[in-house]
Amino acid sequence: MTTFGLDTFGDVTHDAEGRPLTHAQTIRDVVEEGVLADEVGLDFFGIGEHHTPDMPLSAADVVLAAIAARTSRIRLGSAVTVLSSDDPVRVFQRFSTLNAVSDGRAEVILGRGSSVDSFPLFGYDLADYEDLFEEKTHLFAELLKGGPVTWQGKTRASLHEQDVVPFTEPFPTWIGVGGSPQSVVRAASYGFSLMLAIIGGHPGRFAPFSELYLHALEKFGRSPLPIGIHSPGHVAPTDEQAREEFWPHYLDVITRLGKTRGFATPTPESYAHEVGPHGALFVGSPETVAEKMARTMKTLKASRFDLKYGIGGLSHGSLMRTIELYGTEVVPRVRELLV
Amino acid sequence: MRIAVLGAGHVGPVLARLAVAAGCPVAIAGSGDPARIAMITEFLAPGAVPLSASDAVADADLVVLAIPWHRFGMLEPGMFTGKIVIDAMNHWPPAAAPLGTSEEVASRLVGARVVKTLNHIACQDMEPPDGRAVGLAGDDAAAVEAVSEFLRRIGFEPVPVGSLAAGRLLEPGSPLFGVAVARPEFEKFTKELA
Repeated sequence: MTTFGLDTFGDVTHDAEGRPLTHAQTIRDVVEEGVLADEVGLDFFGIGEHHTPDMPLSAADVVLAAIAARTSRIRLGSAVTVLSSDDPVRVFQRFSTLNAVSDGRAEVILGRGSSVDSFPLFGYDLADYEDLFEEKTHLFAELLKGGPVTWQGKTRASLHEQDVVPFTEPFPTWIGVGGSPQSVVRAASYGFSLMLAIIGGHPGRFAPFSELYLHALEKFGRSPLPIGIHSPGHVAPTDEQAREEFWPHYLDVITRLGKTRGFATPTPESYAHEVGPHGALFVGSPETVAEKMARTMKTLKASRFDLKYGIGGLSHGSLMRTIELYGTEVVPRVRELLV
Repeated sequence: MRIAVLGAGHVGPVLARLAVAAGCPVAIAGSGDPARIAMITEFLAPGAVPLSASDAVADADLVVLAIPWHRFGMLEPGMFTGKIVIDAMNHWPPAAAPLGTSEEVASRLVGARVVKTLNHIACQDMEPPDGRAVGLAGDDAAAVEAVSEFLRRIGFEPVPVGSLAAGRLLEPGSPLFGVAVARPEFEKFTKELA
């Protein structure tokens, strides 16, 4: 089954005059956006955990629960949960609770964290990056099995025949992968789905990751599981409008992020490449975005696509329009193209 | 030119793949047992041979360090004596006032001929290389020339930026970091920094 979702990092929205709104208003806007995503027929709405003044959605599960209360169909999840700096027991409890509140609509996408703000915040050392994720993923997989858990590790207190509640129906779990082959193999070994986070460069370069994942699933004796794609984008009635609206905010955000994360400052040329057929930005008219999505899904053998909409500085109204166009025009067109 | 790539994470398999495509014999090593990276190598760098780090380095003309910086201290320094070593690592997050990584690499891997390069270009911009400029820095002229030759063979345009100490120009925090452009634009940056 092919499914389509939206992800947001909850960037602070701006008013029509370009002034930033409060964190509280931004969070209420995200709830409205999630409700609209349901109304336009989308399958999934995800919130990526961040801990900065520009991206204040640090407690995604609470926001997802609010959306759950106002919707009945759309699935709701993290995109991603930074498991490395969280407690797997609490992550399980929160999403298991969301699963109850939403009548079985919760999903979790686990990530090591490409934005690492949560490490100093919660007292973790970046040097333990891989070990934290490996160990915590293992515990999370044990928790998902249900029933009393016995577990021992270095990163949290050991558990012995411990009941971890609430027990709810099993919920889909994914691992978000930005380029680590070990994470691909890890997802397969635990029987988690694979979410490829493609935020720059040619999406086709991830094709070997899909092949590796499918092979690893088989090798570990797992049933087939979906491969998903998470990529940034913005939809407007025309290509020109979408590109012009997105560019100044993309330039601003990537330039600021680049200072701590090592991205080069975008240029008009690099932007043209990223929004073009060989780049990772899904910015354009519904037809342009749909064609690129269909092509990318085929190349990567993906059955799920989550468009990461919104970037700091866009208005709530502009985001609502992207959601509407994505749900009512882009996704139906992708479904046609994939037949 | 026999290549050993140390590191099977984001960057290592990409460089191994480019080197295989350029016709080089390539060995790749992760941490520990090579069997752990057999599947990754088969799919991400077919044609490369997974080996232990020491076996990979022993046979190599050129060694690429593509491991996380905090793992560098775990490498056995003795095996690099006489080898040309590409330091593609980064202090991450950028240290407050670091020596360049390559100066630290050179001081620990005594006898190795260290060249800093390939650290400043994101793996998403490595494939295809499209003749993009990559800066390189080193104190050993013959090693810099050998690495330049390797970079050309796999599809990049090498641009020397000076001694190993000048390798700091290629590190996080420098305007050159993350830059993926052709030589003329790259040289605009290097001239501004000179």
